[in-house]
Amino acid sequence: MRRDTRMQDAILDIKDLRTYFYTFDGVGRAVDGISYRLSDGEALGIVGESGCGKSVSALSILRLIPDPPGRIVGGQIFFNGMNLLELTNNQMRKIRGNHVSMIFQEPMTSLNPVFTVGNQIAEAFRIHQGLERSEAIEKSIDMLRLVNIPSPEKRVDQYPHELSGGMRQRIMIAMALACRPEILIADEPTTALDVTIQAQIIDLMLQLKEELGMAIILITHDLGIIAKTVERVIVMYAGKIVEEASTRTIFREPAHPYTRGLMQAMPRLGDKIKLGRVRLAEIPGVVPSLYDLPAGCSFSTRCPSVMAVCKKEEPELQEMDDRHFCRCWLTCKEG
Amino acid sequence: MLAHLQRRIRIHEMDNLLLQVTNLKEYFPIRGGILNRTLGYVRAVDGVSFYLKRGESLGIVGESGCGKSTTARAVLRLIEPTEGEILFEGNNILSLPKKELRNLRRDMQIIFQDPYASLDPRRCVGQIIAEPLNVYDVFSNKIEKQDRIAYLLDKVGLHPEDSRRYPHEFSGGQRQRIGIARALAINPKLIIGDEPVSALDVSIQAQIINLLEDIQEDFGLSYIIIAHDLAVVEHICDRIAVMYLGKIVESAPDVELYSNPKHPYTQALLSAVPIADPDHQNERIILKGDVPSPITPPPGCHFHTRCSVRKDICAVEVPELLDIGGEHYVACHLISSPS
Repeated sequence: MRRDTRMQDAILDIKDLRTYFYTFDGVGRAVDGISYRLSDGEALGIVGESGCGKSVSALSILRLIPDPPGRIVGGQIFFNGMNLLELTNNQMRKIRGNHVSMIFQEPMTSLNPVFTVGNQIAEAFRIHQGLERSEAIEKSIDMLRLVNIPSPEKRVDQYPHELSGGMRQRIMIAMALACRPEILIADEPTTALDVTIQAQIIDLMLQLKEELGMAIILITHDLGIIAKTVERVIVMYAGKIVEEASTRTIFREPAHPYTRGLMQAMPRLGDKIKLGRVRLAEIPGVVPSLYDLPAGCSFSTRCPSVMAVCKKEEPELQEMDDRHFCRCWLTCKEG
Repeated sequence: MLAHLQRRIRIHEMDNLLLQVTNLKEYFPIRGGILNRTLGYVRAVDGVSFYLKRGESLGIVGESGCGKSTTARAVLRLIEPTEGEILFEGNNILSLPKKELRNLRRDMQIIFQDPYASLDPRRCVGQIIAEPLNVYDVFSNKIEKQDRIAYLLDKVGLHPEDSRRYPHEFSGGQRQRIGIARALAINPKLIIGDEPVSALDVSIQAQIINLLEDIQEDFGLSYIIIAHDLAVVEHICDRIAVMYLGKIVESAPDVELYSNPKHPYTQALLSAVPIADPDHQNERIILKGDVPSPITPPPGCHFHTRCSVRKDICAVEVPELLDIGGEHYVACHLISSPS
């Protein structure tokens, strides 16, 4: 019964998504069967190291995977009950930037250097809402005001190179939010920014999430940002979800050895005051190549508690407690 | 905690300075116009003074453009400083002729941020590590040299057979290990790490941090670690200096800085770091606006344009870096010296 109510809440429901890259080195399974749900107005975090498939999974939602070499080879992505993978390109264009928006890590490369920022924000209004130029520019100024850019009337006529990194990321957010999307996907939105600017941007995103009531998928490698911003966390490793739980559970009772390893490997501010000089726990080895994954569990080559079964068979993602999922033989229930 | 105290006492007892930098300035001219005249200067480093004891690790933190990397490069004289004095074991680096400088450089090495860009892709690992050995003619005997390379590779957690492979065959973390082996090759006294772990993933970052700590013990190194990640700096370093717009605004021993920050900028910087703990609540100080341009830094205290507790004097007079006891230095008009 409870499962059904959950289905209704979900604004985004991803089922068994597979995105593979076909290259000379073989088939890279960047995203290999991931499933998750995003509820209305929820903030979901996806963490993992480089190459784990977190960005590819997000790009797949918007069907922005470069083809070739990449291709979504399986699965379904339901947005408000509509399977995005079955839409035509024209229908998909009405979704992008209108219902589902995305902001990227590097604000300089994602803005067009030869158009003013006002023009770039206005584009969304003109395409999706059919507004006239002057009207769209007026609305762009409102958006700049919304993202706390000082003297927006002046800034609207400036080019990206005239703005600082933090300011550019605000422009990106203004562009993404122009049409009040239901879902905002933020791919490492603050990685290129300094900590004090990062704090400004994260605060802004959370404040806008409350004001506009949208859902956020936040992709990052920074567990600190995860702890501060999202309600649920998905941990990815080598193209698969290895653990999913509420933020508190992930930090308090991480179940998967990889999640635990990540928690211990990260130096935390203030630990020296509490604990003195301690050695960081390291996860041995390196992330395996997507073209050469070990048999069985992908983490088995680096896992401190590896068993014989781990090297033979891949464990399933199982629900341990209420909405706490883990993909590990150690936590698997019998039968 | 005990090991930490012992370490501090040991550094204190040695109490001789390896490096002393006084009033270091690095201005980059901006040229323009048809006559290519100098139109102004980027004041990247604007009067920085600090010291480093033997066996100590000093962290320099700050946001991009604050001059932390430029300071590191100027200390090695990889770029010519505009002004100032750098004493390395009592020798002023800036007044040395090129030839003597080269001998002195033997004792100082640098590890760069980008492990992809800092290794020559056309040379195998053995050649890369052998280069400093060749420059200083350490070994005339080929076998001894090979033994040394094998020893270094082993020390940084790679296999001696790796010396025949090329950089592209290694992952980011392994390349950083190669960079560290190269820096260690001629037994330096000082290693400067310019963002040594910021390009690496969390699990690999921990490996490199541990490696840096291990080799510090084994080789008796002193470190200057430049980083923007405060948690990493806190972990590795004994003393930390915070830079803002070309100046050091505060410096103190690690625990002191984190538990008792005095400068408003340090306080804001520390509070802005997201702590990986969902129950952690802290009073976040969100700074308004961006860092001003180093071409036309604000008069008086450089930070006063973003400071929430500024007074009238802050816009007029540049605050001095004051000693407030226990190796804690602050440059702020609101802080007066204890005496």
